[in-house]
Amino acid sequence: MIATYAGIVLLGLGVLLVLIAAIGLVRLPDAFQRMHAATKAGTLGTTLIVGGAILLGDVVPTTGFLTILFLLLTLPTGAQLLGRAAYVAGEPLVGLEGDDPLEQLLDRNAD
Amino acid sequence: MTGPTFPAIAAILALPLCLALALAGWRMVTGPGKADRFVAFDMLTAVGIGFAALTAVATGRSGFLDIGLGIALINFVATAAFALFLERKKDDR
Repeated sequence: MIATYAGIVLLGLGVLLVLIAAIGLVRLPDAFQRMHAATKAGTLGTTLIVGGAILLGDVVPTTGFLTILFLLLTLPTGAQLLGRAAYVAGEPLVGLEGDDPLEQLLDRNAD
Repeated sequence: MTGPTFPAIAAILALPLCLALALAGWRMVTGPGKADRFVAFDMLTAVGIGFAALTAVATGRSGFLDIGLGIALINFVATAAFALFLERKKDDR
């Protein structure tokens, strides 16, 4: 019974976090900030949803744990790859204060 | 168990997930640059994993969690490929 309520709470929190990530995806001004919202909140949200599904159903939990492990490993890695590529490709940086610390390190396509 | 059943819970939780899907889809359609669209794709697959897990809750079939794992696998490969594509565009010029 406690597992059921915990599962429902986890599902609700996860859906809320995914919704917040989607709102951030629409409202934030440039690609890097959108990536920040989508990756952090999206990773935690999907992890919580899958965890809640493991707690709730009569399902075999093995693939669920595998999915959580895989999500925690790959979503940040993919976002890092994408962010680096977006910087190199010259996506605009909105709201950057001061100097660009990556200017000397990465070859940026200016246009 | 008294109170709402699992399919009802999953249906209620699917509504905000549909809103998230719509917002991510809007960013996918209108995103000004390529990177915005790739980020939106990332978000869309996250929402898809959420839907798969909710369907597993509603039906009690663990096969839908396997679908979530498959979507996560494809998401990583696709994101890595998109990132390579974005970086390589620069060398072509």
